[in-house]
Amino acid sequence: MATYSLTVNGRARSVESADPDQPLLYVLRNGLDLTGPKFGCGLGQCGACTVIIEGEATRSCQMTVAAAAGRSVTTIEGLGTPDKLHAIQAAFVEEQAAQCGYCANGMVMTSAALLEKTPQPSLDEIKEALAGNLCRCGTHHRILRAVMRASGRVLP
Amino acid sequence: MSSTALSRRRLLKSGGALVIGFGFAGRSLAQVLPGADAALGKTVDAGEVDGFLAIHTDGTVTVYSGKVDLGTGHRIAVRQMAAEELGIGVERIKLVEGDSALTPDQGTTAGSTGISRGGVQVRQAAATARLALIRMGAERLGRTEDELTIIDGVIGLKAGGPGIPIGTLVGDRRFQIKLDPKAPLKAPKDYVVVGKPMKRPDVPAKLSGTHVFVHDFKLPGMLHARVIRPASVGATLEEVDAASIAGIAGTEIVRIKDFLAVVGADEWSTIKAARALKTRWSQPDALLGTDQVVNWMRNGPFIGDDAVVKKGDASAALAGARERLSATYYWPMQSHASMGPSCAVADVKDGTATVWTASQGPHRLRHICSRILGLAADKVRVIYLDGAGCYGMNGHDDASADAALISQKLGRPVRVQWTREDEHGWDPKGPPQLLSLEGALDSDRRIAAWRTEMWLPKATANLPNVPLLGPEAAGIAQTQGLSTGQVTQNGDPPYAVANVEVTVHWLKDAPLRPSNIRAPGKIANSFAVESFYDELATHAGKDAVAMRLEGLTDPRGIEVIKRTTALIGWDSRPKQPGSGRGIGFSYVHYKHNETYVGMAMDVEVDAKTGAIRVHRIACAHDCGLVINPDTVRQQVEGNILQTLSRALLEEVAFDKARVTSLNWASYPILAFPDVPDVKIDLVMRQDLPPLGAGEAAAAPVAAALANGVFAASGARLRTVPFTPERVKEALGRGA
Repeated sequence: MATYSLTVNGRARSVESADPDQPLLYVLRNGLDLTGPKFGCGLGQCGACTVIIEGEATRSCQMTVAAAAGRSVTTIEGLGTPDKLHAIQAAFVEEQAAQCGYCANGMVMTSAALLEKTPQPSLDEIKEALAGNLCRCGTHHRILRAVMRASGRVLP
Repeated sequence: MSSTALSRRRLLKSGGALVIGFGFAGRSLAQVLPGADAALGKTVDAGEVDGFLAIHTDGTVTVYSGKVDLGTGHRIAVRQMAAEELGIGVERIKLVEGDSALTPDQGTTAGSTGISRGGVQVRQAAATARLALIRMGAERLGRTEDELTIIDGVIGLKAGGPGIPIGTLVGDRRFQIKLDPKAPLKAPKDYVVVGKPMKRPDVPAKLSGTHVFVHDFKLPGMLHARVIRPASVGATLEEVDAASIAGIAGTEIVRIKDFLAVVGADEWSTIKAARALKTRWSQPDALLGTDQVVNWMRNGPFIGDDAVVKKGDASAALAGARERLSATYYWPMQSHASMGPSCAVADVKDGTATVWTASQGPHRLRHICSRILGLAADKVRVIYLDGAGCYGMNGHDDASADAALISQKLGRPVRVQWTREDEHGWDPKGPPQLLSLEGALDSDRRIAAWRTEMWLPKATANLPNVPLLGPEAAGIAQTQGLSTGQVTQNGDPPYAVANVEVTVHWLKDAPLRPSNIRAPGKIANSFAVESFYDELATHAGKDAVAMRLEGLTDPRGIEVIKRTTALIGWDSRPKQPGSGRGIGFSYVHYKHNETYVGMAMDVEVDAKTGAIRVHRIACAHDCGLVINPDTVRQQVEGNILQTLSRALLEEVAFDKARVTSLNWASYPILAFPDVPDVKIDLVMRQDLPPLGAGEAAAAPVAAALANGVFAASGARLRTVPFTPERVKEALGRGA
């Protein structure tokens, strides 16, 4: 059993894993009880497990705990809480941009990473940034509106 | 009711233990209510007011709903319905959903009935309670019932002045009265809560990672499990090499006949063991394979025909007609393709079972678990927790049975998480649909006759449930049969035609295990009917919308058609298809007696590549009473985009042994770059009954798209999905 140190939501954490190749997703969900990131495919195809690592939206099912060691990880729990929502979360709530909400983690985290780099993205840039995040309920429109809203614009 | 009976009873106390007393500090439990277990032992009789609600001393009200929120907004809407009748704000309503020990069995949450049946029952219970409260208030205040009303939870004179809070009046006692189906409902003109776009209570937690999905639910001492499915459907397990996972600490094998799983305290070790485990299975290869489905549908074996609609004499009219048209349409098998692979947690011990599930039918699942575990139904409790959207019966029920079987074998709590390959490969599939249509025009170029022939797998009468994978593999007897939903509806045009015939040829079997998928059957039927109506209009040289209106008398149908055409900017002048861009139209009166939907799509077709691009979609929607316009819009948007995905992209691929479209690369769905603009016009008819919004807007999507493709390119698409190859093929044959 090896110990890995990483920063999660601003706090230094150490986690144990018998396998250096254990995906970060399971370390977060089970080891640290951060269940915001979701298991959707384990293949990097859907985006439900997205976290932000040093500014980059990252698939936590595709990153090993060994690779995450020493780095700074933000999960959706670290973005804001229901009582103190981050601006992007507040915009999603305002637009009611979730149905079942299973993909919502990935939508919020990918959008947050986008706005950090590009504060005023065009609609096409938002669609491009979210191209790898799948939603089955058909909430796409509200998500697009929410990202526009979070960047201070309104979609007609 | 008897107020003395009420005053003597003090059975329902507030407070007490948490349903789940650990691991969830500070988390949202929208459907798992702190204190809810204190009510265990309450009636779950749908004929009793106490089945549906309880009024507490602090003025809050608990509503018990057997229907669940599958991501649809039911959770806020049912609160609005109860709050309106009780004269309180929604924030005072606590909701318990889909707990077999606490909520009445209102049937599965399916068929777009969450509000139209489930919510309406809760509303009637609340109206009955209101009547009782007014009566009690009149007694206490020494006034007549007519003088009193309930405003913001206080019973007082309509004229104003002090009153009594309902919590003080009832104070956690039971009503002990029958639900009165005639209890008067609040007049729509007096609505203050119903009809408002209130925000959903679960959304903030879903957007901050604190909402507890069934996937996130943990019990102390819980084991993780992965079920090992064979490479071939129906295979038997010949050998398991336990030594192959001996090196993965803390994992073990659970086997019941052909049911095989790996369990462990650590999830990742369990996953690794499931991957490493060496097994040998028999290799049956009796499936049809994707390319043989249509042939098989034509040739059977069949188990009979049914006349679904028979009006006039379509055969004679078709035989005698000068101008006849025919066409064949096909809708393939599709997966529910939920974003989260199915998951469940079960704790079976000491002769009792508790199962946490995202099933759309927790009460049904209770009886299934009772049968497969050999426990009396009253020893089984099933509790709903949110899952990934299911849109019918996905793998949630199967995963629940998996977890129950493993937990019973080990006597420990078990969490079963399916893989992506499990969900795409093994969720029960929407059945395939083949339709042949014939139509005849009279000398006025009106439709004189119409015939629809359908080929469909026959649903088994009185089947208690879709046979589940785990019990099947474990050799536990289950009633065998097929479940498909109501798949023959909307097979005839909703417009006046003198001679109409709809017949169905029932296939004995299905290519893969079927189940209900959103708007069962109606999507394909509406695709065929509304496409063919368009073909007839083209043949008659008439405007597609005008020809629909000339055959329609229902004012609500006419209204949604007119609103849709206004929204999209329909141009009724004669047009020549082939400019590369065009608008398609379609209309449905869902099940012929529910919601009305008009839909139009502005579509571009690249003749060179065959690529379809949808620019704009317009939809007018009349579902009668609208409880919450924002959640209805959400449902309409979801129906449209999900069905657009199904029409453009989706078909389950399988060979003679197994499903081969096992992930999002081989079974792609609509992605952001291809999302069109969607405009919705919601017709609100607050004085009419609610008709449901969970499915109807899915039905007209494919025909609006196909008709748009025709208007743009002249290519007539009759087979789903509308791949570029099919577009080019249709262009090649000149429609």
